[in-house]
Amino acid sequence: MEFNAVYVIVLREFKKFVRERSRLISTLARPLFWLFLVGGGLSRLVRPEGVSYTQFIFPGILGLTVLFSSMFSSISIIWDKEFGFMKEILVAPVSRFSIVVGKALSGTVVSLIQAVAVLLFFPFLGLKLGVPEILAVILLCGLVSFCISAFGIVLATFYESYESFTVIMNFIIMPMFFLSGAMYPVKLLPGPLKLAAKANPLTYGVDALKHILTPVRTGPMSPDFPLSLDLAVIAGLSIGFVVLGARFFERKT
Amino acid sequence: MSPAPIISVKRLVKKFGPITAVDDISFDVEEGTIFGFLGPNGAGKTTTINVLCTLQGPTSGWAFVAGHDCMMEPASVRKAIGIVFQDTTLDKDLTAYENLAFHAYLYSVPKAEIRPRSEDALRFVGLYERKDDLVKKFSGGMKRRLEVARGLIHRPRVLFLDEPTLGLDPQSRANLWEYIIRLPERHNVTVFMTTHYMEEAEVCERIAIIDHGKLIAEGSPEELKKTVGGDVVYLKTKDNEKAKAEIKRLFEIEAQERDGELYLTVQRGDTYIPLLISGLAGTVLSVRQERPTLNDVFLKFTGKAIRDVEETEAGTIKEEVRAYRRRH
Repeated sequence: MEFNAVYVIVLREFKKFVRERSRLISTLARPLFWLFLVGGGLSRLVRPEGVSYTQFIFPGILGLTVLFSSMFSSISIIWDKEFGFMKEILVAPVSRFSIVVGKALSGTVVSLIQAVAVLLFFPFLGLKLGVPEILAVILLCGLVSFCISAFGIVLATFYESYESFTVIMNFIIMPMFFLSGAMYPVKLLPGPLKLAAKANPLTYGVDALKHILTPVRTGPMSPDFPLSLDLAVIAGLSIGFVVLGARFFERKT
Repeated sequence: MSPAPIISVKRLVKKFGPITAVDDISFDVEEGTIFGFLGPNGAGKTTTINVLCTLQGPTSGWAFVAGHDCMMEPASVRKAIGIVFQDTTLDKDLTAYENLAFHAYLYSVPKAEIRPRSEDALRFVGLYERKDDLVKKFSGGMKRRLEVARGLIHRPRVLFLDEPTLGLDPQSRANLWEYIIRLPERHNVTVFMTTHYMEEAEVCERIAIIDHGKLIAEGSPEELKKTVGGDVVYLKTKDNEKAKAEIKRLFEIEAQERDGELYLTVQRGDTYIPLLISGLAGTVLSVRQERPTLNDVFLKFTGKAIRDVEETEAGTIKEEVRAYRRRH
């Protein structure tokens, strides 16, 4: 693996992200709207024991932030292909593996920045978090971002044009969000939806965050899976997606 | 004993399904020269460059660059080459300097060298003052110059230029040629260029003419023009048929007719013209002379002018290849 290539791919993404200040603000708008507008409204309707609805969806909203940010970052590969920059990367003496790891890491960096920004709103939800919890959440968000970024990269190898972008948005990203245990527990879902949720990488990321953020340990609003399972799935899928991504990159280009 | 060629292509064939884009071509390029691949659009130039740059593998045949086999040792080839593609491959949201630095990192240029080399490259193409400007603000000519600068950062042995002045205005083109000409001597690099502009091919020390995937002719522009046989003198007369017969009788030359003009090829046009005018005794209406151009060379070998080919078939071959690639 070429570390200098990985470094510069991450650096490029970071510089461009930081440059678009308006984009930074608007990407924060989505999770905050969901948290306070949707969550705020639904919390009047849904009153579980021991936890407010907004507190319940907080891990899921962090998941939403990471999902969108990571997927968009990986899908920029399609942009690069369309506008030619990808050729510059492909013709360089750099392994496909390094390119995929670099892209996944750059998605992680960008997602983490946004996740941390959303995380800082926890006092408004009545949650009490100490430094260890905050660090754990950041670490988890990093792992989940890497996993989703790698997933996005695998997806991006199948698409050539920018028009496919909206297809991805509607048919992949939104279902991934809704079937992740973000807005409602997985354990309460009907059969087919529960199956779909279990096949969704984001579910395990959101669930891991619930282990740290959700104040209840039992009952319907508690985490759906053991933490060890969550971590194992995320780690395993991350490796799997990176390997697949590198393989598909090789074949397609 | 001449040194080994820096580029060596032997019996290269590249097919896209039923379409043969490159049909059994062979040629060598000597190190430190500017070599041109001249041909109309769709002739197979870009495909050949893609194979040499390891972006595609050949269907059969061999291609060697800087001593490495393009198919077997692509990584080694890539380290030794720089490429400026037909379409821009710059990141428009980064600055000129950042684009060069990115390239430097990608090609493992030692960290301490990245800044000095990038700045030197920018100075060489006259873009140093704009180094911190975003590339999206650059004109087409500036972008092309920046790409040439970028291609040199890692000190390649060969720089590939695919239609370097395509789409540029005449001033930018002339400007870019000035940099291209200095490349071998200033940067110790061999230049391999494809083009369909004849004036551009004149800049090269050696050229190969390609059409329909086949190599038609090879040599220096001077050598190739000599094969046309000399200067072409064009005459308009009161009676072309009669003049033709007179020319045959007086000079034993077969004149030909095209677009109402007679034309004949002679060694020294400037000395022949007075002879023709006096020989045809007042029937000459106008006369002009043209030195042979590469278009004449192309015409001689293929029976068509480069421009005519472009307007008709060549475009469709390119489209067919593109469509095939999109499907597979």
